[in-house]
Amino acid sequence: MFESLSDKFRKILKDVRGQGSLSESNIQEALKEVRLALLEADVSFTVVKDFVNTVKEKAMGKEVLESLSPGQQFTKVVHDELTALLGGEDASLELKGKPAVIMMVGLQGSGKTTTTAKLALHLRSKGRRPYIVPADLFRLAAVLQLKKLASEVKVECFDSTNYKKPSDICREALREASLKGHDIVLVDTAGRLHIDNTLMDELKDLKEILNPSEILFVADSMTGQDAVNTAKGFNESIGITGVVLTKFDGDARGGAALSMRMTTGQPIKFIGTGEKVDCLEVFHPARLAGRILDMGDVLTLIEKAQTAFDEKQSKELQKKLKKDQFTLDDFKDQLQQIKKLGSLESILSMVPGFDALKQAKDIKIDEKEIARVEAIINSMTKAERAETSILNASRRQRIARGSGTKVQDVNKLIKQYEDMRKMMKKLKGAGPRGIKGLFQKWM
Amino acid sequence: MFKKLKAGFESLKAGLARTHNAIMGSVESAFNLNNGESREELFERLEESLITSDVGVKASMEIVGNLRTRLVGWDTNKFKEYFRESIYDILKEVEKPLEIDKNPFVIMVLGVNGVGKTTTIGKLAARYKAEGKSVLLAAGDTFRAAAIEQLEGWGNRVGCDVIRQAQGGDPGAVIFDAIRAAQSRRSDVIILDTAGRLHTKVNLMEELKKVQRVVSREMPGAPHENLLVLDASTGQNAINQAKLFDEAVGVTGIALTKLDGTAKGGIIVAIAKEMKIPIRFIGVGETVDDLKDFDAHDFVEALI
Repeated sequence: MFESLSDKFRKILKDVRGQGSLSESNIQEALKEVRLALLEADVSFTVVKDFVNTVKEKAMGKEVLESLSPGQQFTKVVHDELTALLGGEDASLELKGKPAVIMMVGLQGSGKTTTTAKLALHLRSKGRRPYIVPADLFRLAAVLQLKKLASEVKVECFDSTNYKKPSDICREALREASLKGHDIVLVDTAGRLHIDNTLMDELKDLKEILNPSEILFVADSMTGQDAVNTAKGFNESIGITGVVLTKFDGDARGGAALSMRMTTGQPIKFIGTGEKVDCLEVFHPARLAGRILDMGDVLTLIEKAQTAFDEKQSKELQKKLKKDQFTLDDFKDQLQQIKKLGSLESILSMVPGFDALKQAKDIKIDEKEIARVEAIINSMTKAERAETSILNASRRQRIARGSGTKVQDVNKLIKQYEDMRKMMKKLKGAGPRGIKGLFQKWM
Repeated sequence: MFKKLKAGFESLKAGLARTHNAIMGSVESAFNLNNGESREELFERLEESLITSDVGVKASMEIVGNLRTRLVGWDTNKFKEYFRESIYDILKEVEKPLEIDKNPFVIMVLGVNGVGKTTTIGKLAARYKAEGKSVLLAAGDTFRAAAIEQLEGWGNRVGCDVIRQAQGGDPGAVIFDAIRAAQSRRSDVIILDTAGRLHTKVNLMEELKKVQRVVSREMPGAPHENLLVLDASTGQNAINQAKLFDEAVGVTGIALTKLDGTAKGGIIVAIAKEMKIPIRFIGVGETVDDLKDFDAHDFVEALI
């Protein structure tokens, strides 16, 4: 349905080759497309204007390199510039003070409470001793929500139940935290509008009491044009130190992030990528740049693939392949390796053009597919896993019953496995990179 | 009575004040300055203002395009009148307030995470209760921590029963219980809360379909309203949300929340234009009375 932006650039700029360099006249059309793409991705109007001007300056006069087409050259300029604007500096958390305090602020419904728990888990897994402090007394059951999440992530939580004022909670919680030897205090605050002066003043008071080393602005990645004003409002009244972008696992292009980054000058530090408490990732500027421009991000994908594929396992697998001993157990191992990369949807969304393809062909990603396949394989006997040819109809029926699937699912899996095995036979001489290389080629 | 209506319009106007300024501010100042800006420059300014209010690139270009052909010469009053009409024409089509015309009437409330579903349910319950109806709430969000307690808090505040099970339970089972309870208690309105879910999550959308099937099986014809809650600060993604929820379970109405004084809400025009789903309610503030029936005329008056 939608042409990818890089395709558009390619078409628009195909005649430039031979003219030697990109000039104002030959990139005019392409710049218009950049503007449209950014606006459709919810980047704020003023930010778009600035950005387009910068790209124009950077691109103009650039000689068209022999190795690149003019379209590619231009794409690179846009992508590099966007990446630079989104990131650049070190975006790790600054944790000063004993204990170091992190304050979570933002609009209603942006995901502060969930993010607080996710961040606590992230810090705990790094060997820190965080303390969770619920200070949202406005929304019904917000305190209880955080208490439950805290016990889920096994982080101690201050008991705010009998307090009437967030400031009292903060004072008391700081004292408790020192007594109990926590080195980080995470304070969840009530959602509020940046134009609500009373509530913004309350936030200033809390800041005074807490003396936080980080004030994280939690923002929904689906936010529209107003992101600019909201981020600016929060930054001007209390001074934020970073942004956490939530609900990034949806299909929003996330242009608001660029607006927030540009208006506050503060880095995006984390992204929330799912409902579960471990779905928090460190932010990668290149990845978001690709997404805003709908160009995917092959780079992040390759990196991910490299870390997830266990070297040792893949060597053993190569041996097996050479001897043609690739069993269903190995097939299961492979699936688990793929699972380590993240959800299927998040992997695929990094492939350029996938979003467009998904819209055009109505592709649905079923995250449960892998779990189903695993269930089927788990329901087989050892002998069956080693040699699928013994799987007759009654065995297949038993497996379907055992795994809660249908015989058709079992048949489909066996067919897929056999096809894969055939293909791998052909690829026996795939060179030193072997299976690892093969998987990379696929993605 | 009149005073009350007037007060309602004032809060709507306050809620849209910044959106009004965003759209009209720069255009009006250009009128007043009369600094020789060309007609074309003014149209561009208007287009920019519309985009800045989340109306979307496509819809903004269309609205301004029509205005450009309709307006012969230049006349400030005509310009405003035509502009107002063009927005009104789009919104008029989706102005269909929710009518409680069955007994019991089942409303299933849907939306992505954090848009204000539970709060909207609380406000709806208060409204129907005030009209003398008996209201039953079903805590169908069994996923999010303390979502059940949040709904129960509203139940206490408003004074209506909440059917619940433990967190982590099957939402279908809660809904089943609720329908049964409503039938035996002869409730007039049943409002079903559902867990927030991103519209792109296939499994969660399947779960929603299942909940809907449970409702229809227990009470043919129900749910009578699938109310999608959208956050007014959402950008163009709101259209995707509306589309995918509609594909999954069929959206019969929209509630637009958080139209509370910030420069936003233009997405309502984009959605009205693209989807033609009735807009039932708009939330213009935090208090219970701030959930209002959508009125295209008032909305446009407050906006332009």
